[in-house]
Amino acid sequence: MKNVIFATLDGNEAVARVAYQVNEVIAIYPITPSSQMGEWADEWASHGKTNLWGTIPHVVEMQSEGGAAGAVHGSLQRGALTTTFTASQGLLLMIPNMYKIAGELTSAVFHVAARSVAAQALSIFGDHSDVMATRATGWGLLASASVQEAHDFALIATAASLKARVPIVHFFDGFRTSHEISKIALIPDDVIRAMIDDELVQAHRGRGLSPEHPVLRGTAQNPDVFFQARETVNPFYERMPEIIQSTMDQFAELTGRQYQVYEYYGAPDAERVIVAMASGCEAIHETVDALNEVGEKVGVVKVRMYRPFDMARFVAAFPESTRAIAVLDRTKEPGSAGEPLYVDTITAIFEEWTSHAMPIVVGGRYGLSSKEFTPAMIKAVFDNLSEDKPKNHFTVGINDDVTHTSLNFDPDYSIEPKSVVRALFYGLGSDGTVGANKNSIKIIGENTDNYAQGYFVYDSKKSGSMTVSHLRFGSKPIRSNYQIDKANFIACHQTVFLDKYDILRDVVQGGTFLLNSTAPVERVWDTLPQRYQEQIINKNLNFYVIDAYRVARESGMRSRINTVMQTCFFAISGILPREEAIAEIKKAIEKSYGKKGDDIVEMNLKVVDNCLEHLHQVDVPNEVTSTIKFLPPIAEHASDFVCDVLGAMVARQGDSLPVSALPIDGTYPTGTTQYEKRNLAQEIPVWDSDICIQCGKCAFVCPHAVIRIKAYEPEHTENAPDSFKSVPARDRDWQGLNYSIQVSPEDCTACGLCVDICPVKNKSQSNLKAINMMPQEPIREQESENWDFFLDIPELPRNMIKVSSIRQQQIQQPLFEFSGACAGCGETPYLKLLTQLFGDRTIIANATGCSSIYGGNLPTTPWSHNADGYGPAWSNSLFEDNAEFGLGMRVALDKQIEYARELVASLASDIGEQLANEIRDADQTQETGIHEQRERVNTLKERLNGLKSPQAKQLLSLADSLVKKSMWIVGGDGWAYDIGYGGLDHVLASGRNVNVLVMDTEVYSNTGGQASKATPRSAIAKFAAGGKPGGKKDLGMMMMTYGNIYVAQVAMGGKDEQTLRAFLEAEAYDGPSIIIAYSHCIAHGIHMPTALQNQKAAVDSGQWLLYRYNPDLADDGKNPLILDSRPPKLPVIEYLRMENRFRMLEMSNPDVAKQRFAEAQEDVDKRRSFYEYLANRPFSMNGTEEALEEVQD
Amino acid sequence: MNLKTTYLGMELKSPLVASASPLMQDLDNIKKFEDVGAAAVVLHSLYEEEIRLERRALMHHLEHGTESYAEALSYFPEPQVLYAKTDAYLEHIRKAREAVGIPVIASLNGSSSGGWINFARQMQEAGASAIELNTYNVPTDPTQAGSEVEQLIVDIVEAVRDAVNIPIAVKLSPYFSNMANMAKRLDNVGANALVLFNRFYQPDINLETLEHEPNILLSTPYDMRLPLRWIGILFKQIDADLAATSGIHSAEDVIKMLMVGANVTMMTSAVLKHGINIFQIIEEGVTEWLEENDYESVEQMRGSMSQIHSMDASAFERAQYMRGLKTYVLPTS
Repeated sequence: MKNVIFATLDGNEAVARVAYQVNEVIAIYPITPSSQMGEWADEWASHGKTNLWGTIPHVVEMQSEGGAAGAVHGSLQRGALTTTFTASQGLLLMIPNMYKIAGELTSAVFHVAARSVAAQALSIFGDHSDVMATRATGWGLLASASVQEAHDFALIATAASLKARVPIVHFFDGFRTSHEISKIALIPDDVIRAMIDDELVQAHRGRGLSPEHPVLRGTAQNPDVFFQARETVNPFYERMPEIIQSTMDQFAELTGRQYQVYEYYGAPDAERVIVAMASGCEAIHETVDALNEVGEKVGVVKVRMYRPFDMARFVAAFPESTRAIAVLDRTKEPGSAGEPLYVDTITAIFEEWTSHAMPIVVGGRYGLSSKEFTPAMIKAVFDNLSEDKPKNHFTVGINDDVTHTSLNFDPDYSIEPKSVVRALFYGLGSDGTVGANKNSIKIIGENTDNYAQGYFVYDSKKSGSMTVSHLRFGSKPIRSNYQIDKANFIACHQTVFLDKYDILRDVVQGGTFLLNSTAPVERVWDTLPQRYQEQIINKNLNFYVIDAYRVARESGMRSRINTVMQTCFFAISGILPREEAIAEIKKAIEKSYGKKGDDIVEMNLKVVDNCLEHLHQVDVPNEVTSTIKFLPPIAEHASDFVCDVLGAMVARQGDSLPVSALPIDGTYPTGTTQYEKRNLAQEIPVWDSDICIQCGKCAFVCPHAVIRIKAYEPEHTENAPDSFKSVPARDRDWQGLNYSIQVSPEDCTACGLCVDICPVKNKSQSNLKAINMMPQEPIREQESENWDFFLDIPELPRNMIKVSSIRQQQIQQPLFEFSGACAGCGETPYLKLLTQLFGDRTIIANATGCSSIYGGNLPTTPWSHNADGYGPAWSNSLFEDNAEFGLGMRVALDKQIEYARELVASLASDIGEQLANEIRDADQTQETGIHEQRERVNTLKERLNGLKSPQAKQLLSLADSLVKKSMWIVGGDGWAYDIGYGGLDHVLASGRNVNVLVMDTEVYSNTGGQASKATPRSAIAKFAAGGKPGGKKDLGMMMMTYGNIYVAQVAMGGKDEQTLRAFLEAEAYDGPSIIIAYSHCIAHGIHMPTALQNQKAAVDSGQWLLYRYNPDLADDGKNPLILDSRPPKLPVIEYLRMENRFRMLEMSNPDVAKQRFAEAQEDVDKRRSFYEYLANRPFSMNGTEEALEEVQD
Repeated sequence: MNLKTTYLGMELKSPLVASASPLMQDLDNIKKFEDVGAAAVVLHSLYEEEIRLERRALMHHLEHGTESYAEALSYFPEPQVLYAKTDAYLEHIRKAREAVGIPVIASLNGSSSGGWINFARQMQEAGASAIELNTYNVPTDPTQAGSEVEQLIVDIVEAVRDAVNIPIAVKLSPYFSNMANMAKRLDNVGANALVLFNRFYQPDINLETLEHEPNILLSTPYDMRLPLRWIGILFKQIDADLAATSGIHSAEDVIKMLMVGANVTMMTSAVLKHGINIFQIIEEGVTEWLEENDYESVEQMRGSMSQIHSMDASAFERAQYMRGLKTYVLPTS
């Protein structure tokens, strides 16, 4: 055996490193939590890294996982070693090809970061519901339980598949393994070389399609032979278990790491045994040790090979003493006889158990969607097996108070060994805590004999999000793959968490607490909430404090406190001798930041040097003096459901909610973000009513709907708070009304877009505008009071608002507010506008992506309703099917309207002829008409309530559909340009009255910025690490070719009035419409507070064209295309240089950048001239010749 | 005619040097300068702020929004190499040295002591013939004494001197209480030449947008009076060479500067106004004038009208100003 080389990395990288080595073609598509594997592959290929055979694999991004599977199938058919990486719905999209690939006996491996499949809700977290859905495809299923195993099995799977000619899904648990950072032994290249038999590779290649030896594969077969042909593969499946085991044995000879396809671990005379797969096995393994140490007789059978399921080998793995078996499935199959591993176990035991009495077998579910799976739960499973009649079909880890499936467990049971250092860090996403911790793990993992593990828990919000880092260090490999709840060390990097969360709950007696606080050491005690003081005293904690912001600031690092806190951790924890630790931190700094510049390195080094003198141990008083209590997680005036259920989630107590607390079908109330006051902003905008020209732009661009405007009768100010600002409305239409702009101080994210867009300058102080950022804290209370008062002022009736002008339109109430999107998000202003204009009658089909996350990720939702209870009804189906999903809603609506109108006609005599006629003939093109129709429908419903006929009841249930609805299909460019394009095309071609809003960020933003077909030429993105060589797809142009689709391309920061006009026209158009909206994004690498200037530059340079194509104009004999962009006045390169995505290409590959930037200018010039040609073309419904004649006349 | 001069220890074929300007970003322009007779070129400035800002912006954008949300732990692929502006600049020095036979002087523009001094060393390694250090600084802190500002500049020059072996020229502003003392101090810490003077960017106001706007004004011949005076005063008072810059637009201007003691004269505004060919025209003009006036060489003329060689030493001082005012006649309107 060679010297072992260790590395500290996460599961995705551990797998990708091997997969890259042993493949020639890699088809990729982003999906959490597997995206990083594809990202690594793309990055390595762009850096010229070669595989085992010294050649660079071709890495190709596809438009969907279905596409990736097709490409994989094709590549395999040509005989290339091919792989892909995926998860969840992605894997489901691959299923049709998986049947084919297996049916054709093709060697291939898919690496899957197993993830929940969306049911009542989407979840990005880990369980086996995706891989279980593939178990009938004929693929082998190989489960790895840890980062080390994932690394090893990536190779074993590939080697075995080549031998067996059966494809294999190698899966490991999403997040728990894919994202856990762990110190592992790397497989040396020569081991990889030895494991992959080139003769098999050549045989695989030899089976590829070639005109030199032509064959036909993929025939259609008939009843006469299909069945028999299907049975031809049996010998391959019969041989496969032995092949996999022998491959594992070969691997063991080369590396010393021995795996068994079914591996028993535990007491040789165990009576109770758990059967499980993947990461859960590690925690069970650890718990088995702990229980056997205290005299119990328990064990675990780890199922590594789930397909083929070799019943004989499986049963042979159990000790003869086995009396009771609990099979744990990390999936749910409602209505089944039991979950799959359980059912297979029953069958195997029934068929193969030969020794004395057959054991009892029970099955249970655990760990869905990364639900914690701890030794306490495992002990409960073993305890259940001790019962005379163990509970079957149980659940563990939750409280099922509805069907009473759950096992009770003792949450205080812990087996954490004393020798392991356990540290918890609470930070903000923006302060760099996670990055620093990843760095610390590497320092410890790579510089000491210690094993190291890191796991990171993130927030459901994208802005101001909290991160919790769980770090373990110890002298033995760490199997504890669950979150730490008995920490020796807890660091709180932000004082804002103190009055929200009971962070010290998880610290042990005599542990250490490190706090970053700006309070001086002698006063810091007084700033702590009561509960903190109690625990520091009662648990006898060592309490340290540092003003990390000061250290960072004084070293030139602004708010990046990561290095400060990292240094403090090493200084206090004593994992390494202090001097050595500091030397290692410095080395790590030089390694991480070296290529980013000496000065960045120097700043960080300075931080390390300046740190320790500011770190103080606090003399802990003997008495609790604080009266500070925790803040309620949610506004107390919310409904019981919001307070008790959503409130528990906000307070990070969602795990304690019982089954009965949750909606049965995934249906939740809207308008709930208003109760979750997040107080993220240190500064908020303050309105200067004296100089404001009341243009409404600040509210228009506000991504978080925290800037609101009302025009109202002056009498409403009678009881206004003193500081409430109210001035006469300037708009002539609103003479006599008062006008207020009010900011919600506790919902603002301080993004600053409002200040940047404000066109007014203070005449005495040119650095001030009509809206300016001011410190939040001193005015928080006052402005909260003003905000509450403002909300109570009645909305101006909608028919008094001229919606075509922003200054008036902006007083419409937004029904999309306070989302958890990134501060300064470029998408949300469009959604907010949509809800202002049509929200009270809108149904929204939302593609999966950023918008479905900030729109629909629990606990709270920004989609809201007005005082009458009307508001957008929202749903998310999938990523790929959103257009079809929305079309379905439209078709249903159309049918319902049609049937309702038929019923109105047939019931006319009962409901009144006049009402019936008015309802049927209503003009609902304007707000007034819609309002009147709503009144009529209310009258209709009252009248129908008095009728008893079946028809009347039918109409009553359909009456609301008679009020005009606005159907919106919204999503990002990943959906519209790539995965959902086929559906989008079909839906728009259908001619139905749907409105599509594409929020085009030009990358897959939600999964971390992978390139889509909307990504412009030369942009660096994930999956386009070398800069995108091709140009952006012109989706608008493609849709215009249908002729009957309203198409607009808009950019709010380019021309806001044009954006507004496009929304109004799209909705008014009685047919399909699509708006493609430029949405700036943090994935562009831009300065977010001035992001609208980037939009403007994109428009001014011609990079982003503004236009509207309105088929109604064609009906009037006019050219339907209106080019709203003026001729470019800025070279494209000036726009490109404003954004890091383009600048990075210049910095990393100046020669390529020069060429691509020139091509980008050519793209713009050509597109402009083509659009100009189209827009200026004479047009007539009777053909061009006639039009030309008309022009000549 | 012998136009030869020495500057920064190098023998130059003439005193006509192309000063730092954005024109130098293009290698073709540098070649053209050589073709039309420039004796040396000073490359465009690498700005300390630019170096810092570029790096910090990159860091910010690579880190912004990362490690905050489980699905998007980062937004960019990790670049394998990053050619910062500094790398491109160093590459430019190398290419310029390969492309032309005349000396190539690198220009580093900074105002604080810090890591950027390392770039001076890298410039040397890249083959720069010399470094022109531009200590552009507009002190705005009312609590900072003038002496501190001066000391900072002296410290920077000393630090760069310690960092490199190649000659250093220091480009200065005239705004010191005692320019001569400042010149002497820089001379003492090892400046091989002083380039007089820097012209500061003065912001303008756009009355439409009420924003400050950069608005670079090209020099006019009047601007040469200040360097003319100070070169005249410093000639032979310090060991360092003297380069004249600002307001040199004609052969006469060059001759005047040489007469007060300049080793070289530098031009940019004239080039921006008239094109690179101006070098050729001026060289011909200088030659012609020297011939007409029976001079043998530039060296012969150099410093002939400096303060120490002047008939009237007060010409460079206060008395001359009073005389100037007394003889001023108001225009009739």
